Amino acid sequence: MMVAAIENGTVLDHIPSERLFDVVSMLHLEKMGNAITIGFNFKSAVMGTKSIIKIADKYFTDEELNQLSAVAPNITLCVIKDYEIIEKRTVVMPEELVGIVQCPNPKCITNNEPMKTRFRSVAQGNDILRCSYCNRDVELKDVRIVE
Amino acid sequence: MKNRSLVTLAGHSREKIEYLIRMAQEFEKHPNRRILAGRVVATLFFEPSTRTRLSFETAANRLGARVIGFADPKVTSGTKGETLKDTIMMVSSYADVIVMRHYLEGAALYASEVAPVPIVNAGDGANQHPSQTMLDMYTIYQTQGTLDNLNIYMVGDLKYGRTVHSLLMAMRHFNPTFHFIAPDELAMPAVYKRYCDEYGIKYVEHQDFDADTISDADILYMTRVQKERFADLDEYERVKDRYLLKKDMLCKARPNMKILHPLPRVNEIEYTIDDTPYAYYFQQAQNGLYARQALICDVLGISLEDVMNDSTIL
Repeated sequence: MMVAAIENGTVLDHIPSERLFDVVSMLHLEKMGNAITIGFNFKSAVMGTKSIIKIADKYFTDEELNQLSAVAPNITLCVIKDYEIIEKRTVVMPEELVGIVQCPNPKCITNNEPMKTRFRSVAQGNDILRCSYCNRDVELKDVRIVE
Repeated sequence: MKNRSLVTLAGHSREKIEYLIRMAQEFEKHPNRRILAGRVVATLFFEPSTRTRLSFETAANRLGARVIGFADPKVTSGTKGETLKDTIMMVSSYADVIVMRHYLEGAALYASEVAPVPIVNAGDGANQHPSQTMLDMYTIYQTQGTLDNLNIYMVGDLKYGRTVHSLLMAMRHFNPTFHFIAPDELAMPAVYKRYCDEYGIKYVEHQDFDADTISDADILYMTRVQKERFADLDEYERVKDRYLLKKDMLCKARPNMKILHPLPRVNEIEYTIDDTPYAYYFQQAQNGLYARQALICDVLGISLEDVMNDSTIL
């Protein structure tokens, strides 16, 4: 399926389809007035299916984009100006994810107080996050985003 | 000022642990002092724990502090919907240090982030219980003369047993070899085995619990297999006696071997073992007093030097 090119803005590609709506909510796209194209369940040779988001006239900060590593660590980002890709990059797991990931432990203080969660990736690879409060580990595939 | 709270021992260096052991030794020599005269220690027990609370309150009282607090969360405003932060802020305006037991995991770290006074974690859910760990390490040092290169056998409930998790993490500086003896249902969780791998800590898992398995132990750390942890009560009945330490199982024990238990024990250690030189759990409980005296002083900024030069000894 072809998706119209954008003149200026940001393209997020290789989003796992099951994480598309997490990405939408983490970037607060539903509150934006910009023109946004969302492609869901596109065929992908590497991923099986993938999703793609194109946001016209919007550039994100590194902080906004890097938080996506909690749900879509292999996402590809393209910065578009005058129909040209002027920057292509991936996301980097921040040292600490603050207020993004919900702790799966119902007895964790973060699920019982009005406060922000804090997670760090465990040393080996970035596929496991650890709650800084209760020390519970959560695999990236199981991560749920704070509502 | 740096927050001096004690949330976990996992981040403590080898030097810091040895320093706290030296301080506890001073308190063992002279437990009765006035070094905390004029100070107020709050003990907030959002979850009942009589023996931990009595140990902390005795530690504070024997150093001349005054103690305020609650032992029963039903009397607090938490039951009216007050947040932990608000309770901590309120008590911080009264006390110089807060000793807190809480049923939620991570509560101690959060309290230490919001409180203007130091927090001593007296247990937060199934997470950390550093004062127990400190007294365990003090006891291990006292009985073995060192913390280095020991064979530490952990027996019983290694899944929910907070004390074994904290001890495992704090011992990482001392090149221990851990032996985990537990039924499948209560095996050491993957997160702690991963921790061992991260820090190059050696461990062996066993299902058998007999004289041969424990013959190389320097420390035999027994824990209680709790009935309520089992979904299947038949399974509990099947395994409960398998982790009972019997006197005849000590026939091959090393002469320096000591049996520790965080107490209360129910049916993990035969009572006849109490009279053997291997039994050390009651001395271990007593060491809780000295370890907690050291921890309270440390978070208040009182140094080992202050304790050694203390002129308030009674």
